[in-house]
Amino acid sequence: MSRNAIHGWLLLLPAFALLALFTHWPVIGTIWDSFHATPKGSNPAPWVGLENYQVMVSDEVFWKSLRNNLWYALGTVPISIALAIVMALWVNSKMVGRTWLRMAFFTPTILPMIAVANIWLFFFTPQYGLLEQVLRPFGIASRNWLGDPETALACVTLVAIWKESGFFMIFYLAALQSIPPSLEEAARVEGASRSYYFRRVVFPLLMPTTLFVTINAVINSVRLVDHIFVMTRGGPNNATSLLLFHIYQVGFNFWDTGYAAALTLVVLFFLALVAIGQFVFLDKKVHYQ
Amino acid sequence: MRRLETVAAWILGFLWILPLLYAFWTAFHPAEFSTRFELLAPLTLDNFRRAWEAAPFARYFLNSFLLVTMVLVGQLVLCTLAGYAFARFEFPGKDIAFVLVLMQLMIMPDVLIVENYRTMGRLGILDTIPAIALPYIASAFGIFLLRQTFKTVPRELDEAARVEGASSLQILWKVYVPLARPVYLAYGLVSVSYHWNNFLWPLIVTNSVTSRPVTVGLQVFSSGDQGIDWSIITAATVMTSAPLLIAFLLFQRQFVQSFMRAGIR
Repeated sequence: MSRNAIHGWLLLLPAFALLALFTHWPVIGTIWDSFHATPKGSNPAPWVGLENYQVMVSDEVFWKSLRNNLWYALGTVPISIALAIVMALWVNSKMVGRTWLRMAFFTPTILPMIAVANIWLFFFTPQYGLLEQVLRPFGIASRNWLGDPETALACVTLVAIWKESGFFMIFYLAALQSIPPSLEEAARVEGASRSYYFRRVVFPLLMPTTLFVTINAVINSVRLVDHIFVMTRGGPNNATSLLLFHIYQVGFNFWDTGYAAALTLVVLFFLALVAIGQFVFLDKKVHYQ
Repeated sequence: MRRLETVAAWILGFLWILPLLYAFWTAFHPAEFSTRFELLAPLTLDNFRRAWEAAPFARYFLNSFLLVTMVLVGQLVLCTLAGYAFARFEFPGKDIAFVLVLMQLMIMPDVLIVENYRTMGRLGILDTIPAIALPYIASAFGIFLLRQTFKTVPRELDEAARVEGASSLQILWKVYVPLARPVYLAYGLVSVSYHWNNFLWPLIVTNSVTSRPVTVGLQVFSSGDQGIDWSIITAATVMTSAPLLIAFLLFQRQFVQSFMRAGIR
């Protein structure tokens, strides 16, 4: 090996060692452990074959969490992206107070989810909460927004949308600023309406950003569960249990690590699908230069 | 039409900031005004005092500070070295190694909690601040960002330094790192806000006051025997968000530009 090659590997080594220990090894470990029972004491865990997966198939909370998570993704991904585009267009225009608007939209991004979840919890509280106070004059009946299985998932989805939109707005803002102003002038000279200009010029140019943001949004719909801990703890009747939250409960409340590994593998499977989707659908040139 | 749009934008902006305004209202007013909005309601800092006394927040803040510092320093050193290797060195297995690094963009430590908890147990460092920090230090995002940045440095600068007899590490330190300063700032802000706010993994690995960061401390505090004393909980909430919020308000432009810069990859 040349000197250059040795130096290259030496520079990479510290980061790679940590990655191997905390990313690659755990992935292999997850697969391995999912075929073993949960170890008791210091005895090694016995091989149980597909038993953890059989448990999974008959685990109603798992299926419920999976369904909830799909709805959560279907709610957060398109809505937060649509809002992000609208916000970015506003903030990028010559609107009065756009600096203020940018700050308002972006602020949720830098606040701890666990902290703002407390505020939202108060917001949704029956009788005292702000939501009730606002709705009462309109004669809308009081209800327990987070205590009702019908509305609880929608409420936690709303909080996630609120948290994420401003973050995604930033990426669109960067993309909008890279569009040459001459395009808009040309469109105006040609007599194109604003909506036509957006549909036929701006939106296609934003496509790489949209794909990038979509992937981030999908990953976040798996990852973003902090507010569940404060607002509902997965309830009522598992109506807001998401996959990662279920893994937490199985792994760290019931300490069934074998089964938790099998559940983790399901999440890894979905993330792998996203990764494959990225390679298939994305033009790599657009994204990673 | 334009005017209507401006109004819509302002309404959305107001709705977006409303939860925060609400939190400030409740935190700075006596409990009886927490749901009564009167312009002349008396202001008070009593909620903050009571929250501060009810839980060891000083320690939590110290822990969070140590955590973000440890993560950031580790990330800066390791990602700089790895980014440099990917940008300017040829070695066998480079492409495979790069793909293995990028894997972490999809499979973040946040979902590998079960296995990483075991690893920390085997290493005997459960319930310590390094245990919270370790899985995040080799950041694929940081490596990628710095690789992209280092690739834009003109080769001539590199070669000129080499002719003068500088070693690879000296060149990295004297040529590459100074040129990447804005990227370091951007990455630093993103990293600090991510780790100050991180919750699930710290919740799992920590178990005592001496290692808990503020996010976990807040959760323990607000789900404890505080009942539903909203004023105190909100004061604690405002407190935990304050450092980042103040930094954001002071350096708004840098924050937004940093997130932008970190996003364009």
